[in-house]
Amino acid sequence: MYFESLMALWQMDGHGPYVWSAYGITAAVLVALVWVPLRRKRELMSLLRIRQRRQSS
Amino acid sequence: MWSFIHKWGAPRSFYGMSGKLLPWLALLALGLIAVGAVWGLLFVPPDYKQGNSFRIIYIHVPAAAVAMAGYMLMAVAGAISLIWRMKLADMVVKSCAPVGAALTALALLTGSIWGKPTWGAWWVWDARITSVLVLLFLYLGVIVLHESYENKEAAGKACAVLALVGAVNIPIIYWSVEWWYSLHQPASISFTGESSIHPDMLRPLFVTIAGFYCFFAYVLLLYVRAEILYRERNTRWVQALVAPAQP
Repeated sequence: MYFESLMALWQMDGHGPYVWSAYGITAAVLVALVWVPLRRKRELMSLLRIRQRRQSS
Repeated sequence: MWSFIHKWGAPRSFYGMSGKLLPWLALLALGLIAVGAVWGLLFVPPDYKQGNSFRIIYIHVPAAAVAMAGYMLMAVAGAISLIWRMKLADMVVKSCAPVGAALTALALLTGSIWGKPTWGAWWVWDARITSVLVLLFLYLGVIVLHESYENKEAAGKACAVLALVGAVNIPIIYWSVEWWYSLHQPASISFTGESSIHPDMLRPLFVTIAGFYCFFAYVLLLYVRAEILYRERNTRWVQALVAPAQP
């Protein structure tokens, strides 16, 4: 590792807030991008399931 | 060749085949991004001028590169859907827009955060940054345009045209740092000559760029598959998918 301690890694000579917030935002956006279509599919499937049940009964 | 395209182009078989790809893409994307990010954050020495803030490059450049490549894919899919009326291409256009918009916003955000300690400003009306902002508006334009039409076939056509016309912006973004006097640093990676950054700093960048490409492919497939299910909801194969356990 380049940094001598975890604290130095966290602070990055004063650039820590910038670097870590950029990485944090990126992680949040990437997770949201996966979550949105998965939720859309799940909702659609449950909707179709309800419709199917109604038609068969 | 043609039968191959035909097979992949049919929504039903595309749904089946892409399903097998998903776990591999997810694994690749997660692995590459994690390895590249940890490598870039922990094991690369800081930049001699910018210090540690340059570590943002490992997410900023991939997000921007994939946002631009995603736009090109959207434009090509738009052309295919206009010329051959291919349903799947139309779905790809629609699905590229939210993913591309998010990645473009991410590139702007991380760039802004990088700009503050490096240039002293969160935002400057610079050729590179402004043209990427135009890219964001083009993506958002496709989303809004698609929502604004009742008739989804007309919506698809309008979006395809917008995607094609907007493609003019991509070379402008790419060469903006050379055409205009710019605050933005010129390209770090060179395909023709020697890259302007040290190979030690470059290697993790290639890893995260590859990771972001895999991530884009993965998420795009998720969006397209959800769209396929929605549009084919009245077909027998989707009905069977909904209730597989019925005797």
